[in-house]
Amino acid sequence: MGNEEAVFYSRVLTELTLSFHIIYATIGVGVPLMIMIAQWVGIRKNDEHYILLARRWARGFVITVAVGVVTGTAIGLQLSLLWPNFMELAGNVIALPLFMETFAFFFEAIFLGIYLYTWDRFENQKKHLLLLVPVAIGASFSAVFITMVNAFMNAPQGFDIVNGELVNINPIIAMFNPAMPTKVAHVVITAYMTAAFVLAAIAAFRLLKGSDHIYHKKALYLTMKLGLVFAIATAIIGDFSGKYLAEYQPEKLAAAEWHFETQENAPLVLLGVMSDGEVKYAIEVPFGLSILAHNNPSAEVIGLDQFPEDEIPPLYIHYLFNIMVFIGMWMVLLSIWYWVGIKRNWRSVSTRWFRWLIVLGAPLSFIAIESGWWLAEVGRQPWILRKIMRVEDAATTSGQVDLMLMLFALLYLILGIGSIVVLRRMFRKNPVERELADRQTEKGGDIQ
Amino acid sequence: MNLEILGITVLWTFLFGYIIVGAIDFGAGFFNAYSLLTGKQRILTKVIQRYLSPVWEVTNVFLVFFFVGIIGFFPKTAFYYGTTLLVPVSIGVILLAIRGSYYAFETYGARGHKGYSFMYGLAGLLIPASLSIVLTISEGGFIEIVDGSPVLDYWVLFTSPLTWSIVVLSISATLYISAVFLTWYANKARDIEATDLLRKYALIWSLPTIITAGGIIFELRRHNFDHYTNIQTFLPMFLLSFILFVGTVWLLWTRRNYGWAFGLLAGQFAFAFYGYGASHYPYLLYPHLTLYDSFTNPAMAIALIIAFILGLGLLIPSLVLLMRLFLFNKDYVRGKDDFHV
Ligand code: HDD
Ligand code: HEM
Ligand code: HEM
Repeated sequence: MGNEEAVFYSRVLTELTLSFHIIYATIGVGVPLMIMIAQWVGIRKNDEHYILLARRWARGFVITVAVGVVTGTAIGLQLSLLWPNFMELAGNVIALPLFMETFAFFFEAIFLGIYLYTWDRFENQKKHLLLLVPVAIGASFSAVFITMVNAFMNAPQGFDIVNGELVNINPIIAMFNPAMPTKVAHVVITAYMTAAFVLAAIAAFRLLKGSDHIYHKKALYLTMKLGLVFAIATAIIGDFSGKYLAEYQPEKLAAAEWHFETQENAPLVLLGVMSDGEVKYAIEVPFGLSILAHNNPSAEVIGLDQFPEDEIPPLYIHYLFNIMVFIGMWMVLLSIWYWVGIKRNWRSVSTRWFRWLIVLGAPLSFIAIESGWWLAEVGRQPWILRKIMRVEDAATTSGQVDLMLMLFALLYLILGIGSIVVLRRMFRKNPVERELADRQTEKGGDIQ
Repeated sequence: MNLEILGITVLWTFLFGYIIVGAIDFGAGFFNAYSLLTGKQRILTKVIQRYLSPVWEVTNVFLVFFFVGIIGFFPKTAFYYGTTLLVPVSIGVILLAIRGSYYAFETYGARGHKGYSFMYGLAGLLIPASLSIVLTISEGGFIEIVDGSPVLDYWVLFTSPLTWSIVVLSISATLYISAVFLTWYANKARDIEATDLLRKYALIWSLPTIITAGGIIFELRRHNFDHYTNIQTFLPMFLLSFILFVGTVWLLWTRRNYGWAFGLLAGQFAFAFYGYGASHYPYLLYPHLTLYDSFTNPAMAIALIIAFILGLGLLIPSLVLLMRLFLFNKDYVRGKDDFHV
């Protein structure tokens, strides 16, 4: 196998592993916060329903954590196995956040273990809730640290290269690169948003499947409200991400927007198709791109004409960008609709089709996460480290990557199916109604 | 002590932690599967599950810590080991993934099939075997530099007696460490039947462990004479390790203080492990890579060490809390209470 093939398969394997890991990682970042909020509301209102909500979410969470941990371990090793040249350089400059991430995991893992095995062990429920705080902090910080590494790949700084040697290395400057603030904020907030809509979808689904229990209604209301907050925050920070791109990675923004010529008063291109270098059937929003990039309808936006042919990322990222933004806007609308509808007693929000729309929100959020990452990563092409190292120079020279790709694909298939089957079985065997009744009888006597 | 040695000592310590904690976990899975086969499951399962359940994720982090740390402190290892280890490490990762997720599925989800338990037990033995290949390769003689990139010669690797003795050692040590620990744990749980059975396993596996360990030193003489000579300088450490081994076996044999037995065992492995590491100095990969030419720049090294110290300040109290609640809590160990989510 020549090196070209090794590069190709390394790419595919990286894409596959990260795209799979991010599903579980997103749940891993977002759900602990949701559990914490539910348990807190439960303690405050002294409402058994919210406590049980937290407990059932925590049970499901264990399964997703397990897959998150094992796929995370896989990607951690794969980075060195597939991109040894990149990791050698990265190890010198950006190892610090990577290293701190392991502490975040450690912290999370320890307290998750304690939290899971101490339900009802403390007289004071607040103590138990307190154990969840380090879990949520650890999870969110693992996302913060790993995203710092990724931000560095987009906007490397904190070192100089003189005669092929790395000099003047400053790990702190490397960590706090220009891509970091928007990227970290967007990744963390979208994880919260996605977790809220996933849990909302579960509640809506149970309501659709005939249960009319107030428990599910409370769950739905809580999660949709949280989802609304995080969806608005997502859109705002997404806007900042666009401004970051305009400033520091104009080629990514230009490719994502199909903006070919540098111009003032730049319009925003939505959808459309490319044929013979012409954009057809697109919706143009006048001044839209200038506003998105610089908050000013007449500002100049750099186009693809400013870049050499071989440094322009693939143009299909345009669709990824559109998909992400449409989903972002749609989820804001949907959750506002729901929230106002509940306040005003609109009939529409308790109809079946509306609940189906909420259920649909879960897969849509994941699609937005995936397309966002593909946009960010493919939009960096051909660089692995922007303007410093090209992807083809970073890859392994090993000849067995294709075989490993097949093995890992099989592994993820098994893990994906396994986690779904186990989660379904877990909740089907133990429906809420039964558990609530059990807890009623328990109250007086001994447990178990 | 210079930064290079400080760095490798920290990493070596985490690897040691992983080997002990991981071995307990992997061995337990194997004994569980074996007891299914022999119909003794009733005796062991409860003890094993009570210990393993709250800590399995923590075990994994030790490994992650090691491999992330080594890239941080010694970035050139990414180039040498990353390029050559694709296959053995990928296989290790896949096994780890199957085992880890299956464990969670089974414990928190629904009870599964017997077949899975066997897979689970088997994976626990194959993981140390596949990861131990890294140690073998570090002895040199298996990697050649072709056109500026390192290439692993599988044929030489798989026909070398050194490879196979390290594999056998990794498996028997896993079972030995695990059995000694679980004997102690079962004893604390006042489970007499389980204690007896596990004590028997511990005694059975002590012998192959010590024989292969000695054999490896002997084989190094042929394979890597430099390393062999270096080992002679650290002979006192290996002797001490052997004495501690005898102590463990004696305590087990006479059914005395199992807690001490495990303590001595930890000491035995610590002396052997650090002695081995020290005699490997200064090479990370014979003869291509030393600590010094792979070390990161001073700015990163200092940043990592500061992060490490701050991190420990956070972790040690948390680990103590974990152990107090589960490992050393009498009611929990004896299964008096169950507060699982
Ligand atoms: C639920 C998921 C989700 C939703 C609804 C949105 N995003 Fe997003 N977006 C992400 C999930 C995401 C992400 C997965 O988190 C990415 C990938 C890499 C990153 O930094 O964040 C991302 C990247 C990303 C980037 C590229 C950043 C870079 O490459 O450095 C931009 C410009 C935006 N987003 C902008 C937006 C805008 C204007 C949105 C309007 C609502 C939006 N995103 C909604
Ligand atoms: C978890 C969400 C992520 C997803 C879904 C994702 C997706 C992708 C995709 C699709 C590519 C291939 C681009 C191409 O070849 O056209 C890629 C490349 C890569 N990504 Fe990411 N990525 C994610 C996060 C990260 C992070 C956090 C890091 C760094 C720590 C990272 C490191 C890399 C590397 C090293 C490559 C290979 C070089 C390249 O093709 O540019 N990725 N990723
Ligand atoms: C931006 C994308 C990523 C996010 C948000 C993320 C987040 C997480 C989270 C939250 C976990 C813990 C699992 C859980 O609790 O559910 C996790 C596990 C893990 N991730 Fe990722 N991750 C991302 C990408 C990566 C990348 C690129 C790497 C490789 C360096 C990586 C390495 C790991 C490792 C090694 C674990 C397992 C840790 C353990 O043993 O506990 N992750 N990730």
